[in-house]
Amino acid sequence: MSPRAKVWLAGGLLAAVIAAALYFPALRRQVNRAKQLTEQTAEQARRELLPPAPVTSGDPKVKAKMFWGSPAEDGSLVPVTVELPLSSDPVLRAKQILNTLLAGPVDAEARTLPPDAALLAFYILPDGTAVADFSEALATSIPSGIQSEELAVDSITRTLEANVPQVQRLKILIHGQEVDTLAGHLDLTQTFQVSMKEAGSPPARAPFGVSAITAPIERAIEKVKRATKH
Amino acid sequence: MLAVLLGLALSLANSSSGLRAKPQTASNTQVTPQSSPAGPSNPARTASVNQPAVFPLQAAPRAGLKIVVLDPAHGGTDLGARGTEGIRESEVVLQFTAQIKRALEEQGFQVILTREGNDNPSFDDRSARANAQRGAVFITLHIASTGLSGTVRTYVMPDPPPSNDTTGLIPWDRAQAPFVGLSHKLGDMVQAELAQRFKGSPDTALVAPVRQLRTTAAPAIAVEISSVSVEDRAELDRMIPGVAEAIAHGVVAFRPSYVLPVMPGTSSGVQP
Repeated sequence: MSPRAKVWLAGGLLAAVIAAALYFPALRRQVNRAKQLTEQTAEQARRELLPPAPVTSGDPKVKAKMFWGSPAEDGSLVPVTVELPLSSDPVLRAKQILNTLLAGPVDAEARTLPPDAALLAFYILPDGTAVADFSEALATSIPSGIQSEELAVDSITRTLEANVPQVQRLKILIHGQEVDTLAGHLDLTQTFQVSMKEAGSPPARAPFGVSAITAPIERAIEKVKRATKH
Repeated sequence: MLAVLLGLALSLANSSSGLRAKPQTASNTQVTPQSSPAGPSNPARTASVNQPAVFPLQAAPRAGLKIVVLDPAHGGTDLGARGTEGIRESEVVLQFTAQIKRALEEQGFQVILTREGNDNPSFDDRSARANAQRGAVFITLHIASTGLSGTVRTYVMPDPPPSNDTTGLIPWDRAQAPFVGLSHKLGDMVQAELAQRFKGSPDTALVAPVRQLRTTAAPAIAVEISSVSVEDRAELDRMIPGVAEAIAHGVVAFRPSYVLPVMPGTSSGVQP
C-alpha cells in the first residue's frame, strides 16, 4: 500500500471513530426513548383492555370535590369542585371519582397521581372497607419520596371521603397484589382511614395499626387476584 | 400478607445483653415469650405456626439516651429519588450521614450506621440495628423528588389506636407503637431546629405512615430533604452542615425528655 493510501485509510478510520463517538449519546437517548415508549405502550394497552367506569346518561350531574396538589407546591392539597355525572351506586361512583382524579386537573403541576396509572378494580366490603387496585404505574411512575407518596394517598382518601360516604377505610393494592410500600416509603400494608366520622382524625393519618389484614380484605384481595389473572 | 414473623424481646430490664434478636423472614416460625431464669433479657423462643410474632414489654429500667442509629435510605440497586442532573438519593444521603455522624459524635453520642457503602439492607434489618440497642433513637434520612428546594421535613408515625391488650405483647410489625409519643417529641425538637435554618420548612414534625419507622422499637423519625430536583448539586451540598447541626442539636434537646414508654402492667415510665 502506498503511503498516500495509508494516510487516507488512517484519516478515514479517525473520521469513523469521531463520528461514532458523536453518534453514541444520540443513540443511547433513542434507545432510552424507545424503552420508555414500549413501557408506556404496554401500560396504555392494559388500560385499553379495562372496561371504563360506566357513565350512563341517566346519572345526574353533581358537584364533586376533588383533592389535587396546591399550586404553592408546598405538599398540601386543595379541593377543586368539578361537575360530573355520578352514579348513586357507591362502587360505580367511587370508580368514576377515582378515574377523574387519575385524569388529573387542568394544571398538570397540581397532579398527585401519575398520568399513566389506572384503576383496575374497586370493591366495597360490607364493613365499609374499600379495596382499590391500581396498575403498576401508580408505584413505578410516582416521584419517589415520603412527601409525594403521602400526597398521592391523601388525595385518594380525601377525595373518596368527600364524594363516597360509604367508604370508611381504604386498602390499596398494586396490580392485584399487596405491596410493602407505594414507592419505597409510604406503608401500604395496612388500611387507610377515609371517614373522619369513625376515626375522629384526619384521613390517611391513621393507618398505623388500624387493622391487620382482616379476613374480608384477604378475600377481596383474592377476588382481585383472580380477576387480574383472567 | 408476608409478615415478618420472628420477633424480638424488648428487654428493658437491667441486663448486659439488651436486645439481640434480629428480625428474620421465616414463614412458619413465631416467637412466644416465656418466663426464663435468665430474666426478660433472654426470652425463650418457641416455634409455632401462623401466629403473629410478639415480644414482651417489661418494666422500664433506668437507661439514658446514648446511641443514635442513622439510616441512609435506599442503596444498592435501589437508587431512590433521581434528579434530572444525575443526582441519586442513595449517594447523597451517604454524604449527609457522614457529617451528621460527626456532629452527633461531637455531642457525645455513639453513632451506628445501617449502611456505610452501596448496599441495601431490608427495612427490618435496618430497624433491627436500633432494636438491638438500649437507649437509642433511630433517624432515617431521605432526599425527596418534590417539595420546595432548600426545605427539610421530619416525619413521625401516626398515633396507634388504643389497645385493649393486657398481655404486654406487641406484634413485631408494630414495634413502633409504644414509642410513638417519644418519636413525636423527638421529631418536633429536630424539626424546630431545622425550621430555624431552612426557611419554608414546617415548624413541627409531620405525620405519615413511613414503612421504615413501623418496625423500629425506639423513638424514630424520618428526615426528608428537598430535593434531588435542584438545578445544581452544590445546592444540596450547602445544606449538609445545617442539617447535621440541626439534627445534633435536636437530639441533644430531646435527651432529657427520653423516658422509656409506659408498658402494659406498669404504672409509669422511668426517667433515665
